[in-house]
Amino acid sequence: MRGTRIVSVLAGLAGLAASGAAHAIAWYFQTPVSGIARDIDQLHQVIMWLIIVIFVGVFGFMFWACYAHRKSKGHQAEQFHENTTVEILWTVIPALILVIIAWPVTKTVIAQKDTSAPELTIKVTGYQWKWGYDYIKGEGEGISFVSMLSTPREQIEGNAPKGENYLLEVDNEVVVPVGKKIRVIVTAADVIHAWWIPAFGAKQDAIPGFLRDTWFRANEPGTYRGQCTELCGKEHGFMPIVVRVVSAEDYTKWVGERKQAMAAVAEDPSKTWKVDELVARGEKVYAANCVACHQASGRGAPPAFPPLAGSKLVNGPEPGQIDVVLNGRPNTAMQAFGKQLSDTDIAAVITYTRKSWGNKASEVQPAEVKARRK
Amino acid sequence: MSAVVDTHAHGHHDHHGGYGGIMRWITTTNHKDIGTLYLWFSFIMFSVGGLMAVGIRMELFSPGLQVMDPDFFNQLTTMHGLIMVFGAIMPVFVGFANWQIPMMIGAPDMAFARLNNWSFWLLPFAATLLVLSFFMPGGAPGVGWTMYAPLTVQMGIGMDLTIFAVHILGMSSILGSINIITTILNMRAPGMTLMKMPLFVWTWLITAYLLVAAMPVLAGAVTMTLTDRHFGTSFFNAAGGGDPVLYQHVFWFFGHPEVYIIALPGFGVISQVIPAFSRKPLFGYASMVYATSAIAIISFIVWAHHMYTVGMPVTGQLFFMYATMLVAVPTGVKVFNWVATMWKGSLTFETPMLFACGFLFMFTLGGFTGLVLSLVPIDIQVHDTYYVVAHFHYVMVAGALFAAFAGIYFWLPKWTGRMYDETLGKVHFWLTMIFFNVTFFVQHFLGLAGMPRRVPDYPLMFEAWNKISSIGAFGMGLSQLLFLYIVLKALRSGAKAPEKPWEGADSLEWTHLPTPVPYHTFETPPVLK
Repeated sequence: MRGTRIVSVLAGLAGLAASGAAHAIAWYFQTPVSGIARDIDQLHQVIMWLIIVIFVGVFGFMFWACYAHRKSKGHQAEQFHENTTVEILWTVIPALILVIIAWPVTKTVIAQKDTSAPELTIKVTGYQWKWGYDYIKGEGEGISFVSMLSTPREQIEGNAPKGENYLLEVDNEVVVPVGKKIRVIVTAADVIHAWWIPAFGAKQDAIPGFLRDTWFRANEPGTYRGQCTELCGKEHGFMPIVVRVVSAEDYTKWVGERKQAMAAVAEDPSKTWKVDELVARGEKVYAANCVACHQASGRGAPPAFPPLAGSKLVNGPEPGQIDVVLNGRPNTAMQAFGKQLSDTDIAAVITYTRKSWGNKASEVQPAEVKARRK
Repeated sequence: MSAVVDTHAHGHHDHHGGYGGIMRWITTTNHKDIGTLYLWFSFIMFSVGGLMAVGIRMELFSPGLQVMDPDFFNQLTTMHGLIMVFGAIMPVFVGFANWQIPMMIGAPDMAFARLNNWSFWLLPFAATLLVLSFFMPGGAPGVGWTMYAPLTVQMGIGMDLTIFAVHILGMSSILGSINIITTILNMRAPGMTLMKMPLFVWTWLITAYLLVAAMPVLAGAVTMTLTDRHFGTSFFNAAGGGDPVLYQHVFWFFGHPEVYIIALPGFGVISQVIPAFSRKPLFGYASMVYATSAIAIISFIVWAHHMYTVGMPVTGQLFFMYATMLVAVPTGVKVFNWVATMWKGSLTFETPMLFACGFLFMFTLGGFTGLVLSLVPIDIQVHDTYYVVAHFHYVMVAGALFAAFAGIYFWLPKWTGRMYDETLGKVHFWLTMIFFNVTFFVQHFLGLAGMPRRVPDYPLMFEAWNKISSIGAFGMGLSQLLFLYIVLKALRSGAKAPEKPWEGADSLEWTHLPTPVPYHTFETPPVLK
C-alpha cells in the first residue's frame, strides 16, 4: 500500500498538468470488494515491486556504464566477451524467481475457476449492444430483464453536459445480495462480448453458442460498474454493466418488487390497440432498441444498417416484417427481438416504423405477432 | 542471379540492371535496390498507419463523440494495426535483411534474385487492397487487427479485400523467408561458419523459419473466415457445429510467433549497434544464439495466453501461464548480455547508440509488463484494456521501431556514402523517446483503472490520461517528419561519409567493402581470417 501512495502522488502531479480535467483521476485498480479482486491487487503489488527492484538493478549497471565507461572520459574498452559462471547464474536465478512467483498465482487461478456451490446463479447474455439477465437458480429465480445504457444520446454527442456516471449507467441494474457466492453463466446471442466488473475481479468472454462461467462474492454493499471489453461492433463502447450489491433484506424486497412488476407488465396479447397508442409506445421501444443502427431519421447507415424509411419490407405485408423483428437476420447486427420484447412491444415498434418517415403501411396488432412466433 | 551475371559479363560494375528511371526499380533483382524499396515502402505505410493513429487519438482527446462515428473509429483501429504490423514493421526489417545479409556473409546477392523482386512487388498490391477497403460500401472492416469471428461475418466487402490482402502479404513473407534461409545456408563466404555469422544474420535465420511456419496458419484462419462469410461453412459458427474460439486458437498460433517475427530482427540490429559503439565484442555470442532459438521455440507453445478470458479449463490456463513465464528467462539473458557488452567498454552516444539504449530501456519495460500479463489472475483483470495497449506498444514501438531507427542511422552512411546530421538525429531521438512515453506510459494507468481498448468514447475519470496520451501521440507523429527531413537532407547534401564512420563496427560490410558500397559487392568471396 505504501507503493500505491507514492505513485498516487506522482499521478496527482501529472493529473494537475492536464488542465480541464474536472473529474477525479483514476490511475489504479478500483478498490477491490471481492476476495479474488483483493488477491489480484496484492499479486500485482508484489510483482510490481519485484519488477522495480530488478529494473533498477539492471539499468543501474547500464547507467553506470553510460556514465563511467565513456570514451570521452578516456575509458579504454576491455575485450572480455564471455563468463560462464555469470551466464549460468543469470539464467538460473530468474528461473528460480519465476517458480517462487508461480506458487501463489496458481492458488488464485484455481480459486478463480471454482464456480461450485453458488448461492445464486445468474445467466448473462450479450447482445449487440445490451445485456440480458436471467436469474436461473436461487432466491429471485425467474427474474429476467434486459439492461442497456441509460446515458442520453445528447450527452454522448456533446449537446448536454455529461453526468457523473457518463457511459457507466443502465436502465436496469443487476441486483445481488452481499456476501453470497454468485455464479455468472455468460453467453452471447450474436458476436463475442465480455462481461466485466473490475471491483469483483470477474471477467468472462461471452461466446455465442457456448456457456462459460465465472463467479464473485461481493463483500461490501454498493454500486459497481464495468463495461463490455470485447470489440463487438459499432456500439461496443456503449454497453456498460452495473451491479448493485444490497443487504439480504433489501434483496428479498427487490425480488418481491421485481416479480410484482413483471406480473403487471405481462399484458394480454389479444387486446386490440388503437393506432395512436401503438405508435406512441413504439416510439419509445424504437428509441431504446433500434435507434443506434437505424437512426432517429429511419435512414440507417447503409449498407450495414439498412434504412427503414421507404423500405420495401416495412411498407410490404405485415408477416414479412414481423418475422425479421422476431427472428433477426443471420450474420448481421439485426438480432432476434422475439426473445427480448413482448408481443405488444414488437407490435408497437413495427407499427411505429410503418407509420413514420413517410411510410404509410397498416398497423400490426399484438395478436398477429403472437401468431407468428414459432 | 542471371541478371546479375549478365551485367558482369558486360563489365559494367556500377550498372543498374538494364533499365533506367522507374523501370530500374520495377525490374531490379539487386538486393540493395530491393532493400531500398522495402525501406521506403515501410516508411510510407508507417506514415499512413501513423495518420490513422492521430485520428484515433483525436477522437479520444475528450469524452463524447467529436470527430468520427464509432463505426469509422473501429475501422481506424483495425487498419492502424494491420498496416503497422504487416505494412510498416515487417517490411522494414526485410529491407534490412536485403541490404545487410549478403554483405554480412560475403555473398554477391540473395539466392533467388527474381523471387526477391516479386516478394517486394506483391506488397504494394496488398497495401492498395487494404487502403481500398475504406472506399467499399460499409467501409473497411471494424473488427480489430485480430479479426475475431463471428464479428467478421457481419462486415461488408471491405472484409474480403482485407482477407485477400492478408493472403498476399503472407505470400510475400513466405517467399522472402525462403530466400533468406537459402541465402544464409548456402551462400556464406568460405570460412564464415554459422557460429561466426553476425548476430543480425542469426536472428533473421530464426525469424525466417518462424515466418515459414506461422504465416500459412494465418492464411488458413482468414480463409476459414472467407468461407464462413460466403460459402456456407460453419468453422466459427456454433449453430452449424463450429466454435468462435477456434478462430482465436488458430489466429494466435500465428499471432504469438508473429510477435517474435517482429522483435527478433530488431534484437539482431541492436546486437550489431551496441558492440560497435561500446568498442567491445558482443558479450555471450553463443548464449545469444541459444536464447534467440529458445525464444523462437517457446513462442509456439504460449499462444493461448492471449485468451485467458475465453473460459479455458484451469489446466489449460496453468500450462499457458507457466510456458509464458518461461519466455522471461531467455529474454532476460539477452538483456543481461547487452548490458554486459556495454560494461567496461569505451562508449560513445551517436544517434544509433541512443536509439539502441532507448530500445534496451523501453523494451525491457514492455517485457516486464509482459511478465505481469502472463499471470492469469492479473491478466483477467487487465485483458482487453489499455494496459495491454501500452504493453504491446512498448514492445512494438519502443522495441521494433527504435531498433529500426538505430539500424537506419547506423547503416545509412554505409549505404549512401553520406552522413546524416548528428545533432538533428539526436533531437529526433529525444523527441521520439519523450513523446513515446508521454503517449504510452499513461495508458498503463488507464488500463489498470479499467478503460477497455477499442472504444471511441469513455467515462469521465479517464479524461486526464487520455488528453496527455493524445498530446504525446501528436508530438510523436510530428517528430517523425523530422526523421524524413534528416534522411532527405543526408541524401541530398549530407557530408561525405568517412571510409569507416563507426570506429567499433567490425562485420564484413565495414571491414571488407568501401563506403559507399558499390552496386555489386563480393563478386568474388572475401578472404576471412
